[in-house]
Amino acid sequence: MYDAPLRNANVEALNTKIAAKDVQVYYGDTHAIKDVSVNLLDNTVTAFIGPSGCGKSTFLRCLNRMNDTIDICRVEGLISLDDEDIYDKRVDPVQLRAKVGMVFQKPNPFPKSIYDNVAYGPKIHGMAKSKAELDEIVEKALRRAAIWNEVKDRLHAPGTGLSGGQQQRLCIARAIATEPEVLLMDEPCSALDPIATAQVEELIDELRTNYSVVIVTHSMQQAARVSQKTAFFHLGNLVEYGETSQIFTNPVDPRTESYITGRIG
Amino acid sequence: MSDLKQHIASAFDRDLEGIQARILKMGGLVEEAILEAAKSLETRDEELAEKVRKGDKAIDALDEELNDEAARLIALRQPAASDLRVVLSVMRMSSNLERIGDLSKNMAKRTGVLAQLAPINGSATALRRMARDVEHMLRDALDAYIKRDEALALDVIERDRDVDQMYNTLFREFLTFMLEDPRNITSCMHLHFIAKNVERMGDHVTAIAEEVVFLTTGKKPHGVRIKEDRTSSDPALSSNFETE
Repeated sequence: MYDAPLRNANVEALNTKIAAKDVQVYYGDTHAIKDVSVNLLDNTVTAFIGPSGCGKSTFLRCLNRMNDTIDICRVEGLISLDDEDIYDKRVDPVQLRAKVGMVFQKPNPFPKSIYDNVAYGPKIHGMAKSKAELDEIVEKALRRAAIWNEVKDRLHAPGTGLSGGQQQRLCIARAIATEPEVLLMDEPCSALDPIATAQVEELIDELRTNYSVVIVTHSMQQAARVSQKTAFFHLGNLVEYGETSQIFTNPVDPRTESYITGRIG
Repeated sequence: MSDLKQHIASAFDRDLEGIQARILKMGGLVEEAILEAAKSLETRDEELAEKVRKGDKAIDALDEELNDEAARLIALRQPAASDLRVVLSVMRMSSNLERIGDLSKNMAKRTGVLAQLAPINGSATALRRMARDVEHMLRDALDAYIKRDEALALDVIERDRDVDQMYNTLFREFLTFMLEDPRNITSCMHLHFIAKNVERMGDHVTAIAEEVVFLTTGKKPHGVRIKEDRTSSDPALSSNFETE
């Protein structure tokens, strides 16, 4: 759109990070995701919006194979990360999840110290050769998650003792400590106050310079604020996918229009 | 007014309907101001002219109220997509209507002066016809707004050409009258300002019609509108001095 703000310009010129083609997801007999094809771009925040039960979280969880843990869940179609099929038998889901990090709706720090929460991933992936190197990784992750100043004097206190907003930022620090390429966020701010929300949103915008970020949110305003691309899901279908500024000013599909303007649809 | 379904929050619907009802009320007052200003000019009715001058206050007040309402709606409801377009278009329509109100008021002011001077042959009637055309365009633009009728709005935009042409004709006529007899100059200057006012009203009505297109399609009408008022750019139109 010619009148899109500068920060949204040239999104099309970016590379595809994750490509999904004809993806179907079934929970037993329930067809939860129907024929979804979408290209998620690098260095871009993509927002998934839609009413409850529309499949946006399900689809998000397909992107790092979180649905593998659900026995009755079946995923069909092709999902590739940098042109590699992530459902290929040779792909180790643990390695995949190091590349495709995830932050959940409820902050879920490990019942360990703040330091260990962040150090855990880099440790098991052998990212640090020495204690000093590990310290550096932990500090960097905490700084980038905008929580360093609040926790630097109590790194060995339990992570569960932090406030909700701090816990969520700790979880984000934990997710980015392994240097993922894609960050999936499933309603990361739904339990946060407006200030913590603003901090997380600011962080998301910063993360975009290095990562591809996909965020599921129920807050339309949040989707409008943080994303460059928006995908609207409805009853398991991807109804509309486009520039965020276009979706929020002049959506093509009447279902999108009804949803974002808060109409009964 | 819109074929979309109702909002889940019914208060949102009421707010949107509220500002749209207000813009139509304002449109009604402005239509009346145009007609009465032109009538007072032709019939030399100073009382009616006075009424138009005073009536502009109500139009200005509505404009202010509308801006406050729209700001409140944006802050409290964060309208998106077509709702946002309703709010934006109402704000812009309101300032255009307010300007038309001002131009009508100015026309009524000059009526008071002109009533003291000798009438200029047929000019008041021509001006009234021109004003009536503009009022008709405004009525259709507001109708197009209510019905979300893009075709009618485009028709209004098209008709502004005729108004521009009427202005060109009057411009030349006044020039001729002034050349014929310098005693006509004062009247003709006032009449010319009035003609220019009405021509400007046509432009504001066009802007309103463009808002209707924006509201229904999300885009401004494409293509550059051909401006028919050439008096400011075409030397041939003002060349009577050199030729005579």
